[in-house]
Amino acid sequence: MDIRLDAISHRYDDFEVMRDITLDIPDGQIVCIVGPSGCGKSTLLRFIGGLERPTSGSVLQIGEPPADSLNPLTYIFQDFALLPWRTVAGNVSLVLEDHGIRGAASRTIIDDVLQRTRLTDFANALPRQLSGGMKQRVAIARALAVNPAVMLMDEPLSALDSQTRELLMDDLVALWTRQPFTAVYVTHNLAEAVRLGHAIVVMSRRPGTIREIVTIDKPLAERQFGDADLDQKQKALWQLMRDEARAADAELLNV
Amino acid sequence: MSDSARTTSDSNTRASVSVSFRGGGFAPKPRRWVGVVVFAALIALAEWGTRSGWISALTLPRPSDVLETFKQLYASGLLFKHMVPSLTRLAVGAAVGVTAGVIIGVLIGLFSYVRAGLVPLVAAIFPIPKIALLPLFVIWFGIDEGSKYALIAFGTFTPTVVATYGAVDNVDRTLIRMGQSFGLSWFSIVRKIVLPGAMPGILSGLRISLAIAIILLVAAEMLGAEYGIGAYILEAGSLYDLERLFAGVVILSMLGVFVSAVIGAVERYLLNWRT
Repeated sequence: MDIRLDAISHRYDDFEVMRDITLDIPDGQIVCIVGPSGCGKSTLLRFIGGLERPTSGSVLQIGEPPADSLNPLTYIFQDFALLPWRTVAGNVSLVLEDHGIRGAASRTIIDDVLQRTRLTDFANALPRQLSGGMKQRVAIARALAVNPAVMLMDEPLSALDSQTRELLMDDLVALWTRQPFTAVYVTHNLAEAVRLGHAIVVMSRRPGTIREIVTIDKPLAERQFGDADLDQKQKALWQLMRDEARAADAELLNV
Repeated sequence: MSDSARTTSDSNTRASVSVSFRGGGFAPKPRRWVGVVVFAALIALAEWGTRSGWISALTLPRPSDVLETFKQLYASGLLFKHMVPSLTRLAVGAAVGVTAGVIIGVLIGLFSYVRAGLVPLVAAIFPIPKIALLPLFVIWFGIDEGSKYALIAFGTFTPTVVATYGAVDNVDRTLIRMGQSFGLSWFSIVRKIVLPGAMPGILSGLRISLAIAIILLVAAEMLGAEYGIGAYILEAGSLYDLERLFAGVVILSMLGVFVSAVIGAVERYLLNWRT
């Protein structure tokens, strides 16, 4: 299933947030969206998943999602969004219960996703007992449990320290290599973008428009921390963004 | 110019003072027996004062006499004759008031129209001293149990509503967005995300509501009740029987401590997920 953003514009009253965004998200690829703060990249992600509506333009699903996909458009949030009163297994079970999956069937799926995210030993732990990185792995397990056609990741690693971030990037690459998934990955961290993105969409500051789309052909599994060619790409991206970021930083909020 | 540190060749010769500690505090820790000691000290003081005579018998009864009265009350079986109707009134009235309060509070928290319609009404009802309405309740619900249940229910209702809708407002919106993004039904989101998320606030509201319920219990029993702790205290008061008055007051205090302990236990059971 592909996703197409068709001429999306958005405004709050007379305050223009983004203008004429048209973008194709091809099946089986990770598309990263980077941009200065306030450019509307998280808002764009909420449009794609149907949590918010743009003022004009539309988000189209092209083709049918796989039949076994319980929730085709599935989010992974920056702040994990785990229910603190449910165990790790309970948090995964939450998203299965509404689809009538209980008992043994649910057990099988939960065991599978916890094993894929290396959380099997923590099935009965409460979120407060887990580190930030483990919490985000629970959120990833929860997302995998509903078999998404497209994963919508909103700065998933931004709340984590840099070592944990590296580890989780390796995890994401391993998950993708094992079974390629489609993802839209919003981040302000260019290192994450060049490690995980097949295409990197650079947005301008407000009103957000697409400035450039950079593609990286190197396979995900071959990308390493500190690769010279990736560093080169990252520098080029930063050159592209630098002035925008500075200008965005100097803007008044909510004027 | 290099970035290296300035030479500290003379650091050995300069005077050194250890940095004084200025952190700590502002973190209450459990001190288990202090509460009991305060109680015991006050009672011992009263006992000593009344025995030595600098507290006159008209001002304060002797604690040992109050205990004696209490023993008699227990031995004569009157204690249960007073306790059973009181506890029934408390349980029925508070159950009705708290249940209605939680339901209305959740509805206010969830629906804008209910909020717009009922929040001003609750604000108007809250400050009315419910005791003032007792004569009205007697006409509406009858002189016997009905009016007492109604008074307690009405008194616990408003604080429960306010605590509940505040608690629902405070449920983490990102969790609700998460539920929506996974396609959970509206009812599932309310039952699995909103209600558990509001539970800490509802339970702390319950502490206040139930204390109010005990106050109103006594008020209700002062009018037209033959048995009950309130009736017992009222009778002792009009006879100026301080020992019995205090025995009644002690029962009320113990009831308050007991209710608080029960809520504490419920909190530990339901909210063990909190840090």
